Amino acid sequence: MSQISPVFKREFLGYFRSPVAYVFLIVFLVASVGLAFFVGGFFKANQASLQSFFVFHPWLYLFLIPAVGMRLWAEERRGGTIELLFTLPLTTLDAVLGKFFAAWAFLALALTLTFPLALTVGWLGQPDWGVIAAGYLGSALMAGAYLAICSLLSSLTKNQVIAFVLGVVVNLALVFLGWSVFNGLLSGFLPVNAVDFIANLGFIPHFDALSKGILDPRDFAYFGSVMALALTLNVVALER
Amino acid sequence: MIEVKNLVKTYGTKRAVDGVSFTVRPGDILGFLGPNGAGKSTTMKMITGYIRPDAGTATVAGIDVAKDPVAVKARIGYLPESAPAYGEMTVLEFLDFIAEVRGYRASAERRARVERALARTHLEPVRRQAIETLSKGYKQRVGFAQALLHEPPCLVLDEPTDGLDPNQKNEVRALIKTMATDRAVILSTHILEEVDAICNRIILISNGRVVVDETPEAFHARRPGARLDTIFRELTNADA
Ligand SMILES: Nc1ncnc2c1ncn2[C@@H]1O[C@H](COP(=O)(O)OP(=O)(O)OP(=O)(O)O)[C@@H](O)[C@H]1O
Ligand SMILES: [Mg+2]
Repeated sequence: MSQISPVFKREFLGYFRSPVAYVFLIVFLVASVGLAFFVGGFFKANQASLQSFFVFHPWLYLFLIPAVGMRLWAEERRGGTIELLFTLPLTTLDAVLGKFFAAWAFLALALTLTFPLALTVGWLGQPDWGVIAAGYLGSALMAGAYLAICSLLSSLTKNQVIAFVLGVVVNLALVFLGWSVFNGLLSGFLPVNAVDFIANLGFIPHFDALSKGILDPRDFAYFGSVMALALTLNVVALER
Repeated sequence: MIEVKNLVKTYGTKRAVDGVSFTVRPGDILGFLGPNGAGKSTTMKMITGYIRPDAGTATVAGIDVAKDPVAVKARIGYLPESAPAYGEMTVLEFLDFIAEVRGYRASAERRARVERALARTHLEPVRRQAIETLSKGYKQRVGFAQALLHEPPCLVLDEPTDGLDPNQKNEVRALIKTMATDRAVILSTHILEEVDAICNRIILISNGRVVVDETPEAFHARRPGARLDTIFRELTNADA
């Protein structure tokens, strides 16, 4: 387990060795804040909350997180460094977790950079800071779930483009399962229980609850399970 | 030190390694010869725990690679074919990472290790250069530096002098020779003079099988007065 930290360090600092990281951080900021302002009607809503900011995250992450996750393992395979990594004295789990946590920390950094938005809300009105904190927490957890899936998919190929496309498709499926529009369609021919069950497999219901400030252990368990399952399969795929 | 018993590896329908057995003791420098595609690299990948054999065992210092891969990897210095390394890192950053994974957590000790490896492989002039911008020979030296950084009891070197200039070839050979006094070394090569220069044992494999396992003297005695490549050709052609 102590072997996670060198992998984490190398990987995290690695983001800043190339300009891609800075481009990503800027795109993340512009896209997340832009959607809140121009599509979500951040000011028009005239509410002291970040609801119109968080509501787009499940859709935004659909593209941004595969962009971060696609290279995790595909790049190691393509460059042959995977042979180097796995002949060093560490376990597959150490390597998987080290890389995953590094990418997650990078995403958390991107999310943190949007914090001035919360400060603006605080300056203009009287927001419920607990709800805002829960929203950030929920968003970070959801990002972790997307990322774990992308890490798994990245280990199946040495082609980053394929890893990206797979990441978008699989995450899109999980977004759809919990999307109210899709669930509305389903309820036309499925019983309510079945629709509820399907919706609960998706990201959105769990994230919505958190972004409204509802801290339900089941939502934490959901995101935790998605990460644990995807990363376990990631280890299996690499040891195959 | 290194004991290999009946290793088998099949890719699809191709038997890359077909029942290879040998033992390497401390002080041995084993020259691993064979035509392209004979199975040299595949055998090395199984010894170093990168790929799992379909059958047979490899043990290092009495430890079975299949049972405790991390312990085996800690005792081996491995230079994979074509010396993969993280290109965006500088030589110094890369070796520092390797040292950290190798367990040198105190920064003074780590620095000393890295400096020693840099000095031994004459990498000081390029220490702050990104690995992807190095010439082939320098990249090869980085791979070699990485393999000997922790002065392991076993060295597994896949074409260590590939791409080196004549001076560096001699340097590397001398270095291997000094390190081998109390270590087990396996090196693959296509340069037959290298065998005369440093090896005290020859294993020749062809089509995944050991054809010859003897001293260089015995190898020469097969055809007194003939050049090594003549003997090599006769042994490998007969088998093909
Ligand atoms: N990942 C793989 N998938 C399919 N076949 C493989 C794979 N790796 C190796 N092989 C095959 O296994 C055989 C042995 O390859 P190996 O790399 O061990 O040869 P080698 O002795 O190292 O050759 P060289 O001198 O060219 O380095 C070859 O026929 C090769 O095509
Ligand atoms: Mg080879």
